[in-house]
Amino acid sequence: MDDNLELIEKEMLDDISSFLEHVEPERSSLIPVLQKIQAKYSYLSSDAIKLIGKRLDLTSSEVYGVATFYNQFRFNPPGKHRIKVCMGTACHVKGGDIILENFERKLNIKTGETTRDREFSIDKVACIGCCALAPAVVVDEKIHGYVAPSKVEGIMLGFEIEKEMNERKERSSTENSDGEIIERQ
Amino acid sequence: MAVIFVDNVEIDAEEGRTLLEVCLEKGIAIPNLCFIKHNDSPSASCRLCFVEIEGIEEPVTSCTVKVKDGMVVTTDSAEVRELQKTAFRLILSTHRIDCGNCPSRKRCELIKISRILKVKLSPEIYDPIERKVKAEEHPHLIYDISKCINCGKCVYICKKLHGRSYITFARRGIETGISFFGEKDAESIPCGKCRACADICPVSALLFYEHYSDLLKKQ
Ligand code: SF4
Ligand code: FES
Ligand code: FES
Repeated sequence: MDDNLELIEKEMLDDISSFLEHVEPERSSLIPVLQKIQAKYSYLSSDAIKLIGKRLDLTSSEVYGVATFYNQFRFNPPGKHRIKVCMGTACHVKGGDIILENFERKLNIKTGETTRDREFSIDKVACIGCCALAPAVVVDEKIHGYVAPSKVEGIMLGFEIEKEMNERKERSSTENSDGEIIERQ
Repeated sequence: MAVIFVDNVEIDAEEGRTLLEVCLEKGIAIPNLCFIKHNDSPSASCRLCFVEIEGIEEPVTSCTVKVKDGMVVTTDSAEVRELQKTAFRLILSTHRIDCGNCPSRKRCELIKISRILKVKLSPEIYDPIERKVKAEEHPHLIYDISKCINCGKCVYICKKLHGRSYITFARRGIETGISFFGEKDAESIPCGKCRACADICPVSALLFYEHYSDLLKKQ
């Protein structure tokens, strides 16, 4: 993890600690606390779970056990690009699980996880209301229909190109501002 | 004292004790996987310990029934066996059957139950279910989710002995299993000196490292 992410994490934990000080140290506070933290940070980090356990006098596994029961909680930070694969009935019938598996393999992470560089995360979602386009995938706010393995490749390739272009732009702008290399072919 | 009749045999038993416990003590074989002695609120989740009691229309789980004077009990009626077999086959469908390489061997309750019910140790009618869940690490324990039958005994005993559970059920549906929440810090957990969860596990899905190697040696 680079320094920047570490810093973000530390700030988050400090904030959660001070928030927990105002929470009644009772078991019944558990779910509201989980929801607040999820709403603010979009995930429950394992250190956050430990802090919650300490405050509410529960073991970390008890907190984790409760949290994993509900779909609304994530345990990994959301990626910059969020891939949500529909697992609703229509998409399931049309092979949504194959598409999911394609993304998992492509990014080398499992559902609910985030790539190390926090660029991508994969989630399963229930019907997103475009069953006629099954199997459907939502990537960042955009809906992709009739997704096939080749389309998965296409989506990922799109990101790669975008990334490369951004990098190139950045490079040329820093080079410009340094005032050294201006001429480019 | 109460007198009850189990499969036409007269038994003296203390009133108010659990029927299943009394029968087991007298050597009457009733399949069971989730029953824990002295637990006042049994989960009755394995659905194996069914018996018929005169005056009650449908079979009942004997782990949730208290002994009453004059009770007449049948443990092996056709209807009881049918229920038990179905429940047992469903349990087997989530348990990866690999007795040849399993450290549990003779300790395994499933083997005993399969003999009582005359059900082969294979999922038979039901397709085997695989729970695709990442294995967690623990300083002392090895947990094999493909063996776990979710009886909940380990969670219960941990809480009972330590006031809170260092292992719990996590996730839900097909993916349900035991979790330690990746507790890596051996100092903050009592597992080093306690062996209760591994001892109570009916299928040796939870084992201590040293125990695991012992069992493998014995084979
Ligand atoms: S690990 Fe063993 S004792 Fe615990 S729930 Fe699974 S089968 Fe039961
Ligand atoms: S089931 Fe996937 S959009 Fe409806
Ligand atoms: S022992 Fe009675 S239901 Fe499991």
